Amino acid sequence: MDHATHASVAPPPAAGGRPDPARPRAGGRWEALRRAAAGQWAAWAFLAPVVVYLLVFYAYPLYRNVELSLRDYTVRSFVRGDAPFTGVANYADVLGDPAFGPALWHTVVFTLASLVFQFTIGLALAVFFVRNFPLSATLRALFLVPWLLPLIVSSSTWSWMLNSESGVVNAALAALGAEPVHWLTSPDWSLWSVIIANVWIGIPFNLVVLYSGLQAIDPAVYEAAELDGATGWRKFRHITFPLLRPVSAITLLLGLVYTLKVFDIIWIMTRGGPSGSSTTFATWSYRLGFGNLLPEFGRGAAVGNLLIVAALVFGLIYIRVQRRQALA
Amino acid sequence: MRATRGRWRTAAGLVLTGVMLFPVYWMVNVSFTREQDMRRSPPSLLPLHGTLDGYRSVLDRQLPYLGVSLIVGLGTVALTLLVATPAGYALAKLRPRGGGLLSFLLLIAQMIPGIIMAMGFYAVFLNVGVLNTIPGLIVADSTLAVPFAVLIFTAFMSGIPEELLQAARVDGAGTLRTFWSVVLPVSRNSVITVSLFAFLWAWSDFVFASTLDQGGAHQPITLGIYHYIGNNNQQWNAIMATAVIASIPAAVLLVIAQRYVAAGVTSGAVKH
Repeated sequence: MDHATHASVAPPPAAGGRPDPARPRAGGRWEALRRAAAGQWAAWAFLAPVVVYLLVFYAYPLYRNVELSLRDYTVRSFVRGDAPFTGVANYADVLGDPAFGPALWHTVVFTLASLVFQFTIGLALAVFFVRNFPLSATLRALFLVPWLLPLIVSSSTWSWMLNSESGVVNAALAALGAEPVHWLTSPDWSLWSVIIANVWIGIPFNLVVLYSGLQAIDPAVYEAAELDGATGWRKFRHITFPLLRPVSAITLLLGLVYTLKVFDIIWIMTRGGPSGSSTTFATWSYRLGFGNLLPEFGRGAAVGNLLIVAALVFGLIYIRVQRRQALA
Repeated sequence: MRATRGRWRTAAGLVLTGVMLFPVYWMVNVSFTREQDMRRSPPSLLPLHGTLDGYRSVLDRQLPYLGVSLIVGLGTVALTLLVATPAGYALAKLRPRGGGLLSFLLLIAQMIPGIIMAMGFYAVFLNVGVLNTIPGLIVADSTLAVPFAVLIFTAFMSGIPEELLQAARVDGAGTLRTFWSVVLPVSRNSVITVSLFAFLWAWSDFVFASTLDQGGAHQPITLGIYHYIGNNNQQWNAIMATAVIASIPAAVLLVIAQRYVAAGVTSGAVKH
């Protein structure tokens, strides 16, 4: 985080001759305690809005979601308020569903493939951009565009580009003499299509974070290595990569948590189809809850809660890694 | 020697950026393409017979959607700032007991998949009666931004010199006065950053819109595009024209706040 933003702050007026309010007067132990308590009151008064907010708009919906998954909910039961308690039946249903295995597999493939590609490409670009050249800052800024675009925009653009008959991608393949690929309509390719779009959206994030990590490496290390005769690739392998490991770990873990959640891209491009070939936990959960004529909120919530467990496990690992690095 | 190397790098950089931004160019290109050229094979790389038909359809049909997105975006910004600025100040400067736990919960909150929040909200909103309303959508969208905003404000406000707050206290300002007339003005840049992100995320949101506002009379632009794709697969120039218009806030964000965007990302608290 750069604090350059505060550089414009005028120096505070000198508090000459006045008692320092931060230091309690001699014998003022009670006074100090009283002041500490008052300080705590003030602090929590300022935190009150966010605490209320978290309880009402985070904790309560989440609690309702857990409750949904333990009952047999339909639209009718919402209206009449009679949803029979079914315990873990929804979870058992979901785990026993023939769609469970494929959805798990697609989630794993989608997440890992996205991570590997967006991290590798992002790192290569970060290494490329870290050596400043004319226009480099402008071009780096332009690389943020895919990440800032609304997902519906990027997803629909990719949908049209990957269109079987009129898409520009198949036109390019034809120009190279290759057969057209049914990107979005064939079960063999649908998952890879959404991975391609997701990687494109994820590259900027990896680029920016890894670039800032590269900038933090002391140039003296490289100079020393150059004196020992190290060249490009060896410098990267023995200096850049090891020194970048902490930042890489953070980038990958954050990427993992966010990729597990990806829903918009897949739903807009393929709706998880054809015949479930690009269905992940996120889209399956949505389909159960909102995608059919007869919503099955109980089972949808159950799938969603399985996803939450996975996201939180990796999220906690991320926080631990980050804490340990902050201490190091 | 060095100069030529720099120029080569610039050339390579231009090529890489061109490849990366090709889909964006393609979106613009298709938005100007005539109906009859849409299915040409191979597709033309330049909008030679450019038409504004796509944009006319946008003006005909999508303006109400854009208005709703604008209102939802601004409402989300207001709610986010209201909740997050005092919290950031408290966590950064007032050393509350339990502040660490709160920061931890905010980090965790960002990792909850949107689809799960959407189901919970659906159940709650249905009972409260704010399903398919703009206020409901504002509340849901603000959950995308509030945890991020608190973390960003905490990081920024930690950088405010202690002497400045001391001086205010010496002058007899209470905590609230100090916050209002010292901390907030000094944090103007972080307020801008957070506002831009909160607006962009609300503007771009699809999950909450499609679950909590599917039957609403006032729908945001993301649903406008989505229904468009669903209804008529022929009018891709209109779809892409809508997409171009929907991208304007992102472009504005990039131009105005590029430095803060990078700062926001690297603070490690940004979501997709």
